[in-house]
Order: sequence, then C-alpha cells, then structure tokens
Amino acid sequence: MIDVKNLTKSFGDHRVLSGINQHISPGEKVVIIGPSGSGKSTFLRCLNLLETPTGGTITFQGQEITGSKVEIDKVRQQMGMVFQHFNLFPNMTIRRNITLAPVRTGLMQQAEANEAAVTLLKRVGLEEKADAYPNQLSGGQKQRVAIVRALAMRPKVMLFDEPTSALDPEMVGEVLEVMKDLAHEGMTMVVVTHEMGFAREVGSRVIFMDEGIIVEENTPEALFSQPKSERLQSFLAKVL
Amino acid sequence: MALIDWLDSLGSRLYRAFIEGDRWKLYLQGLGTTLEMTVVALIFGVLLGLVVAVVRTAHDQQRQGRSNPLLGFFNVLCNLYTTVIRGTPMMVQLLIWSFVIFKTSRNKVLVGIIGLGINSGAYVAEIIRGGLMSVDAGQSEAGRSLGLGYFDTMRFIVIPQAFKNILPSLGNEFITLFKDTSLVQAIGAAELTYYAFTIGGRTFDYMPPLIGIALMYLVVVIVFTWLQGKLERRLRQSDRR
Repeated sequence: MIDVKNLTKSFGDHRVLSGINQHISPGEKVVIIGPSGSGKSTFLRCLNLLETPTGGTITFQGQEITGSKVEIDKVRQQMGMVFQHFNLFPNMTIRRNITLAPVRTGLMQQAEANEAAVTLLKRVGLEEKADAYPNQLSGGQKQRVAIVRALAMRPKVMLFDEPTSALDPEMVGEVLEVMKDLAHEGMTMVVVTHEMGFAREVGSRVIFMDEGIIVEENTPEALFSQPKSERLQSFLAKVL
Repeated sequence: MALIDWLDSLGSRLYRAFIEGDRWKLYLQGLGTTLEMTVVALIFGVLLGLVVAVVRTAHDQQRQGRSNPLLGFFNVLCNLYTTVIRGTPMMVQLLIWSFVIFKTSRNKVLVGIIGLGINSGAYVAEIIRGGLMSVDAGQSEAGRSLGLGYFDTMRFIVIPQAFKNILPSLGNEFITLFKDTSLVQAIGAAELTYYAFTIGGRTFDYMPPLIGIALMYLVVVIVFTWLQGKLERRLRQSDRR
C-alpha cells in the first residue's frame, strides 16, 4: 500500500531522515516509537507530503507520490491525518469541521455528509456536540472529533502524529479507545506515539527510530521483550 | 475689546459660511462624496490587497523545489506594486493619475477613487499578509491534509480566522483613507475640502469653513472609532463561546 524507498529529509544543513525504507501493507497497524528528535514525526509527515522529502521515493497504491506530476490533493483525500494539537477549525461548528472536506472535494453532497457526520459522531459518543464549536470541547473530545473529521473522507490509511501527547492524562484513554476500535475494524494505521501500552496491544509491527534511521523493527512482543540494539534497550529502560 | 468685536462678527461670518445661499447643502454634498470615495476606495483597496496578499503568501509557502514560474512572475509584480506605492507620496500619485494618466477625464471623483484605492491596496496587502501569517500553520496543514486545495483552505479556514486579527488595522486604514480624501481636492474632485475651499474663496473668509470641516472630519472619525470598538468587542466575545 505504501512503499518508502531510501527516504531522506534535511532542513537546511540539518539531516532529519537518512535513508528510510519501509513497506506498509493494507490492514497493518504500524507504531513508530523513539526519542524526541529521532525523525519519527517528520517521517509520518513525509508520507502525505506535509514535508517534502529531500530524496527517495514514496509510492502509495502504485502511484509514486513524490513525482512531480502528482495531484497531491487527490492523494491526501485518501490519507487521513490526526495531529498532536487537534487542529480543529475554531471558526466552524463541529458538524462543519467534519463535512467541509467531503463536500468541497465532491465526495458527498451536504445532506449526505451531514448524515455521515452524525453517524461518525455517534460512534465516538459525541453526537450531541454537532452544533458546538471546538472551543467548547475538552481536549479528548477535540481529538475524537479530529479523528472523525479525517474518517469522513473515507481514507484508505490513517496517520496519527502523537495524538495523545497534548492531552491531560485522564483524557488519553478515551482517544486510545477510539483508535483501538478503528484498528479492530481493519483500518491501515501508522501511529507515532509515546504510549507503549498502545503499541504493544494494537501494533502489528513496531518501528524504533533514532537519529533519522530505523534502528529496529519487529512485532510488539519481540521488540519489547527482546530488544536487540543497545539504543532500543536504553530507550525502553527509560520509558517502561 | 478686540475679542468682543471678533465674537460680534462671528455670527455673520458663520452665517455667510454655512447658511447664506443654502451653503450647508454643499458641505453635506461634499461630506457625502468624501464618504462615498472612502468606502469605494477601501473596497477597491481591500480586494486589491487581498489578491496581492494571497499571491505573496502563496509564493512564500510553496514547497521547496516546486516553485511555479507564473506565481513567481506575479509575485515580482506585486512586490513592484507595493514598493512603488509605499515609496512615493500619495499627493504625487494623485497628481500623476489626474494630470498624466487620466488627463482627459472629467470625472475627477472617479480618478480620485482609483488613486486612493490603488494606494490603499498596497497598505491593505501588508495588513492582510500579516493577518494570514498570524493564523497557526496547523490550521492550513489540517485543511490540506484533508485533501482541500490551497484556495479552499484559504477561503474557508485561514481567511475567516485572519479576519479577526485584520479588523483593527483595517479600521485604522479606513480612518487614514477617510482623511486622505481631502488631498483629492488638489485634482479638483468636489469633495468636502473642495467645497470648504471654494466657499472660503467666495466669501473671502477661510476660517469658518475650514474649522467647520475639521470638526466634521473629527466627528466622523470619533463615531467610526466607537463603532469599531463595539464590533471588536463583539468578535472577541465569540472567542469565549
């Protein structure tokens, strides 16, 4: 589904990613862990070209999206993204936050999108918030709406960029719960997170990144119980 | 004694400046033209400024290695425009519009509006650009990540949020423009200052009409400032929803 070949990214002289190779298959839940500054968020943001790679190629469903003739908006319509700081649109109601993209991109008519929004909001237990504004919601509620907003585009893959890092501790659970449901439904997911419990429980594969490279990857059981590299061992010793 | 004489004559001077021959109608007419010029020039300036601001931000926010040559061309054009307009006196610009570019036109009010609007656009462009940049980058990232195009993201997400930050500066621009319309008098457009000047010339007494219009300008600015404050307070309230 997503093929990453020799991906590099530099900001000026600062090299953030130095040659990432990855293949993500449909239905996989790939969890990316690593210390801050390891390039994991940059890698995720390269996948939907919020960051332009410096080198290498990314292929999504057989199409090389790093090429120059790509219609990037069309590609992004099939990749949902959830941000650390939610990034809901404060000038719109929750309903409009969810329906804006499906309607404007021609995926749905307004009426159809409204229905879809209600159905999705019910799924995350927020149907009574449809006419509220983002500022009236708690952090956990905002992030659940942000997930729903991305899902409304019926994406083929969901990218999560530290979705619980900006939340108060008591709100982390409700967001992870929604993500777990999504995982069980078979959604392809790429998740950058510091939640090791989530990585262990939901991940079909865990990637450990440090200093712009993939140091180690494995099933969660193997990676957490038998870390091979010294860097992963010391990282796990600190976070577990 | 001089003071008493002065006060004694004031009544008839005021009479001549404002009442005689229904002259007050001329002031009202002039004030009307002045306000009309201000509003039309500001609308013109805002539209022009919006285009320039969007071109310049679009150019600055292009992804590396994918610069669009057409956008580059328009960006140079916009830079040239703001540089020239902001770097030359408003009065000189008006004189050029009237005596060089539109020297055959008799509609001096329209020429004035064009001159003021194009001048204002350069300043409004900078105001709007600042407003657009004040919106968190995560907002447009979220819009783009949903597959919305650049212009939809601007139109539905960034511009409405920038508007609130732009409004105070735009109000100031309105006030500046309103006062700058008095310069148009120099190219012969019949606005408030023009009438005051004409009446002063006819009655051989400039003090009452000039002080009179100064008060009129002042009152309009005070009323407008008050309205602006009210509107801003209302917009801020919606933040605390």
